[in-house]
Amino acid sequence: MFDLIIFLTLLALGFGFGQYLEKRHYKSIINREASLRHIPAIATKHLPHEFIPCTTQMVCGNVVISIDFFKKFVSGLRTIVGGRVSSYETLIDRARREAILRMKEQAVAQGANYVFNVKMETSSISKGQRGSIGSVEVLAYGTAITTQQDI
Amino acid sequence: MILTTLENIPGKSITQHLGLVQGSTVRAKHAGRDIMAGFKNIFGGELKGYTELLHESREEAINRMVEQAQSIGANAILNIRFSTSSITQGASELFTYGTAVKLD
Repeated sequence: MFDLIIFLTLLALGFGFGQYLEKRHYKSIINREASLRHIPAIATKHLPHEFIPCTTQMVCGNVVISIDFFKKFVSGLRTIVGGRVSSYETLIDRARREAILRMKEQAVAQGANYVFNVKMETSSISKGQRGSIGSVEVLAYGTAITTQQDI
Repeated sequence: MILTTLENIPGKSITQHLGLVQGSTVRAKHAGRDIMAGFKNIFGGELKGYTELLHESREEAINRMVEQAQSIGANAILNIRFSTSSITQGASELFTYGTAVKLD
């Protein structure tokens, strides 16, 4: 009985705080994405000839985001019936966008105009452990290009 | 030392190829951080301690790669890639590699 009360409290806490934090995070992501839109992150390897001369610098951004108790529970239920695990989808979406934003912020700090050859790398820090921490790490990295030409 | 994820440096030509260089580090998180992360796991949100830890470890891996490149006389590393793997419980390996070259 006592265990059940603890469990329900954790579930309620997870639901409340989790939703609040996620909303706040999405709001901040959307605002920062709008302000950093002038720096395109491009996945191609080759620079156009017009960009030369330019200076290059490697930039990267990483973030570790944890899932909340409520979502973990819901995803546990989902694995019984199968299908889309939407609670993890938003988690990874947030992590990816945050990592790209941090990479872009680093590029802005160096006065760059573009980020070329952007690669992403996702890893779960503690995979396959029982009672482990459900968290995901995303690293985004690329080459910041500073060019004087207006293109 | 120029580090880049591109395959060539614009406006410069490669005079010598020196092969693959790599740097890696294996890091474990300490228990205090793990307890805090456990709390965070109830509420959700970013695990700042882990973000910093992984960032530092990656810098370390890059430094090792740069040292290796310097020892063979390179002045740039092209086409850098990162990779992460969890080896055992609570420890992960951060690995970075690239092509060491000499530019004019």
